[in-house]
Amino acid sequence: MSEWFTLLISTLDATLRVSTPLLFAGLAGLYSERAGVVDIGLEGKMLVGAFAAAAIAHLTGVVWLGLIAAIIVSVLFSLLHGFASITHRGNQVVSGVAINILASGLTMVLGLAWFHQGGSTPSLTNNERFTAIQLPFAESMQTVPYIGPLYSDMLSGHNILVYLAFALVPLTWWVFYRTRFGLRLRAVGENPKAVDTAGISVATLRYQAVIIAGVLCGFAGAYLSTAQNAQFIRDMTAGQGFMALAALIFANWRPWPVLFACLLFGFLDAVAVRLQGVSLPHIGTVPVQLIESLPYILTVILLAGFLGKSRPPKADGIPYVKER
Amino acid sequence: MTAQHSKYALELRGITKRFGRVLANDHIDLQIKAGDVHGIIGENGAGKSTLMSIIYGFYEADSGEMLIQGQPMSIRNSQQAIAAGIGMVHQHFMLVDNFTALENIMLGAEGGARLKQSAEQARASLNELAKTYGLEVPLDTPVDQLSLGVQQRIEILKALYRKARILILDEPTGVLTPQEADDLFRILATLKADGVTILLITHKLREIMAITDCVSVMRHGKMVAHRVTAQTSMPELAELMVGRKVRQHVERKAQPAGAALLEVTNLSVTDASGVRRVKNVSFTIGAGEIVGLAGVSGNGQSELLQALSGIIRFQAGEVRLGDTTITPKRSKNPAQLRRLGLAHVPEDRHRMGLVLPFQAYQSQILGYQREARYNATITLKDKVMADEYAQRAETFDIRPRDPHLQSSNFSGGNQQKIVLAREIFADPQVLLIGQPTRGVDIGAIEFIHQHIMDMRNAGKAILLVSVELEEIMTLSDRIIVMCDGMITGELSHDEANEKNLGLLMANAGAKEASA
Amino acid sequence: MKPATAQRWANLLILPTLNILTAFVVTTLVFLAIGVNPIDAAKLLVKGAFGYQNGIGYTLYYTTNFIFTGLAVAIAFHAGLFNIGGEGQAYIGGLGVGLVVLAFDGWLPAIILIPLAILAAALMGAAWAAIPAYLQAYRGSHIVITTIMFNFLASSLMVYLLVNVLGEKGQMSPETRSFAESSFLPTWSEMLGWFGIPFASSPLNISFLFALFCCFAVWVFLWKTRWGYELRTVGANPDAAIYAGINPKHIVMMAMLISGGLAGLVAVNELLGVQHRLLLGFNAGYGFGGIAVALMGRNHPVGIVLAALLFGALYQGGAELSFDMPNVTRDLVVVIQGLIILFSGALESMYRPQIQRFLSRFVKDEVSA
Repeated sequence: MSEWFTLLISTLDATLRVSTPLLFAGLAGLYSERAGVVDIGLEGKMLVGAFAAAAIAHLTGVVWLGLIAAIIVSVLFSLLHGFASITHRGNQVVSGVAINILASGLTMVLGLAWFHQGGSTPSLTNNERFTAIQLPFAESMQTVPYIGPLYSDMLSGHNILVYLAFALVPLTWWVFYRTRFGLRLRAVGENPKAVDTAGISVATLRYQAVIIAGVLCGFAGAYLSTAQNAQFIRDMTAGQGFMALAALIFANWRPWPVLFACLLFGFLDAVAVRLQGVSLPHIGTVPVQLIESLPYILTVILLAGFLGKSRPPKADGIPYVKER
Repeated sequence: MTAQHSKYALELRGITKRFGRVLANDHIDLQIKAGDVHGIIGENGAGKSTLMSIIYGFYEADSGEMLIQGQPMSIRNSQQAIAAGIGMVHQHFMLVDNFTALENIMLGAEGGARLKQSAEQARASLNELAKTYGLEVPLDTPVDQLSLGVQQRIEILKALYRKARILILDEPTGVLTPQEADDLFRILATLKADGVTILLITHKLREIMAITDCVSVMRHGKMVAHRVTAQTSMPELAELMVGRKVRQHVERKAQPAGAALLEVTNLSVTDASGVRRVKNVSFTIGAGEIVGLAGVSGNGQSELLQALSGIIRFQAGEVRLGDTTITPKRSKNPAQLRRLGLAHVPEDRHRMGLVLPFQAYQSQILGYQREARYNATITLKDKVMADEYAQRAETFDIRPRDPHLQSSNFSGGNQQKIVLAREIFADPQVLLIGQPTRGVDIGAIEFIHQHIMDMRNAGKAILLVSVELEEIMTLSDRIIVMCDGMITGELSHDEANEKNLGLLMANAGAKEASA
Repeated sequence: MKPATAQRWANLLILPTLNILTAFVVTTLVFLAIGVNPIDAAKLLVKGAFGYQNGIGYTLYYTTNFIFTGLAVAIAFHAGLFNIGGEGQAYIGGLGVGLVVLAFDGWLPAIILIPLAILAAALMGAAWAAIPAYLQAYRGSHIVITTIMFNFLASSLMVYLLVNVLGEKGQMSPETRSFAESSFLPTWSEMLGWFGIPFASSPLNISFLFALFCCFAVWVFLWKTRWGYELRTVGANPDAAIYAGINPKHIVMMAMLISGGLAGLVAVNELLGVQHRLLLGFNAGYGFGGIAVALMGRNHPVGIVLAALLFGALYQGGAELSFDMPNVTRDLVVVIQGLIILFSGALESMYRPQIQRFLSRFVKDEVSA
């Protein structure tokens, strides 16, 4: 088997790992924004989730409790966003910015005060984090040419959250297009007045969507600190929430395209890491930063209308005011 | 416990609704007989839509009582209204654009958490309904690909699917072609035959006469009259809608019109959604002449006014302003038109005429902010602006006089005076005025009218757009009437009366085919 | 009391005060959560920020940055735009400074070099804002999203340039060579020294005065010129703007260019005034801090100076606090920023119903249409 194939497998393997938090957060944004609530605060919710997961997993020694804590804390921030933007009809972008900054500050302040490690949480042992799962037959398939490594090295050997993230895509599609809740959710992001006149509460629906977004951001955060890494580090989201937002926009606010956008952005990240300092034949050194910023460049080009038409949910970001 | 107990499908007693300081519905009483088509007419802003929204549970009345099939009902949200058998087709359809007809109809009445079974059931019963009432619609096409007529049928199906026995239609023909409107009336007739009670909200008199059994008239938030349709006439209804007011006295001296200052030829305006709002309109205004533009609101007057003032573009025709010819290709923006001697008092002073957070003397230069007399090299001359404002405030009796008060803190009448003073003092050759006395107290009306008359006497050409017939008749030398984007007639000051204007406004003289 | 007066009181004084108080109450809770006595902390904070000359110097030095970014956010806001891109615009402004100084510091005298570098900072900041502005005005792309993206792009670009192009070889951290002294801005202690007044050495430099001048200039521009008039008209009522013959697209461009230019000036304080070289992350946090400053200062230059002073003091006092209290980090300021944005921004009307009910007791309702 060629060296290139091995490299490809390892890059794709890394792609899956890097895409996972993007996918959780991207789907979180999908629920929120398809219901008409702009979510700039994905980054912040991931961050508090990551902090809560690492802190609780360390204190209790139980990673699942860490996950639950991440979800609870992230949902609390979601509710804050809902309170500002649904109940008080505040500016959703301002609220999102506040949540990001608040999350960044709070995790640093509380992290230092509680753990005295410069804002990080103590390292987690393998018992305190999500570890790799070997899929059935991974061992025995290894030797089968091409398909073997593809299965054993790329698909197998990830932690449970990775598989969950990818399973959430068809689930989300099913919820959106095959259930009553999905029908109403999509409707409230397009035309809340139509939903209201159909006798459904706009606020309740939007709160539900925002809470789901909180739960998913909790997963994303827990993944960062208790699966991909083994501790919380200050500002460890490092823009992944915004990357997820870009993926959501790039995917035109639809479930399957969100998966592909996250995989694409994850792949670019994985490639960038592997190209660090590598000189390619005929091309020379490719600036890693260029590859890293491709997601943002692509998103801006898309938004400018040069790559098909961007079609956000019509009521996205607009508070619903019933009385005139 | 059903309809037998009461001959009224719906009865309202003393319904009152207030929005802030505005009394939108003032002790409304209304009785709708079961199985009737009952019309409700009134000008825009008369409170019809608010009343319907209360019946539909979209707004909650502040006080009053509602009985459905004789039973007192308290309806607090649309869900309860739907359960009580009320359905509503809103003026602006409540459809999710990228949903199919089926999804739109199911929304809120899905029947189960999973869509599949409910969709099957819905499809079956919709096919049934479609057959019964002639309401065929493509169920699986996104509604934004369907015509407005079909979208409206979806709205009706939505109501029927929820088993509505009382159907409210708010301005249903506003967006329809004449053929689609005919289809609608045919469908309504079928529904009526099936015992459905229909409430038709409209300001189109012809529709009232054509299909209703009874009609109620609203004006300024009050229910002012009830008539049996067969025993009334369009002119009577027009008069009831607009209301008789004490004729105000404004001195009018005889004055022949001078040279044409504004000439409009075959002007057409198409709005963003592709509907033609102004159709081949032509007229001329001479120096020292007030031309009144009458019509029920929503018949293209606003669009005409905005096109003439450069706010929106017109797609065909030509406007001559003094020596300048304006065509769709050589369009002028509002700033350029102002320099050519055209001033504009917009219909809605809050939306366009003023910047509410600005201090009064700042709103006073809106549109003229680049004029040399207000500008030093870099800065605006605050003192010049404030002094000039003070003088204008004196002349126009704007109260309070304080130039530094926020524009939003003046009463409607005084805000209007700020706008009028600005446009009149600009000393234009042509003055476009929209709704000069809307929301203005009685005392200020005469004052404003006098100033408009003074401008005429000073040899300016004035286009006056107003839904107040009294105002049009008092001020205008000539009156042109618009209906459905077209000019339906022209009357001189002496010829015009409420009756012949009313007929022209309803375009009642025209043949059915051109409606 | 007339309704208008009551409204004014509610908007200008009562609501903002309540909002900021709420933010500080929550801050107190955070202090308690980390086991710090809020009163002790406040004392240390104030002492660290204002208790001695060096502290004051640092406070005003931070204030300078917040004034620039606060003004940047405010001017966009007055045109109805939300510029989240101050962070990136400041960064690229630094690139402008760096390029000019590195190219010319060998032979241009200070009197030409410094103005040129300042101009470059403003122009590059404006250029970085111009693309999102153009996309908003002419292609309808949402400026919030594009400015966020441009923050990341700026960051990547600067890393690339500093690592691969501009960075000094053989250095551990990616940064350029030191600027020549001809580019150094006079510090406060030097300037006061000219008059024989002793002042402790600190990063505070002449940029602070320049920032105050910018406040004045922005005030004049927004409220005293026809361009400002048109800009505010577009922000307050786009329909009225069109009625008045103002092209909103042009205003979007103008507002964002000025906004980006102001953000770019952070680089003047940081690079010409203090760091004397181009380095990574000199802009960190000031762009977002500017949002809090603008919201708290109600988008008025005077308010912005006061809010910037508060944040400058928190930055400096917070640093002192973290010396004395090992449980506290300076990042507490970030928490306060977040809370201020939350309560003065997203939840600004939270208390409005209660306030209105309270005030209505004192209001004589006038009969008016």
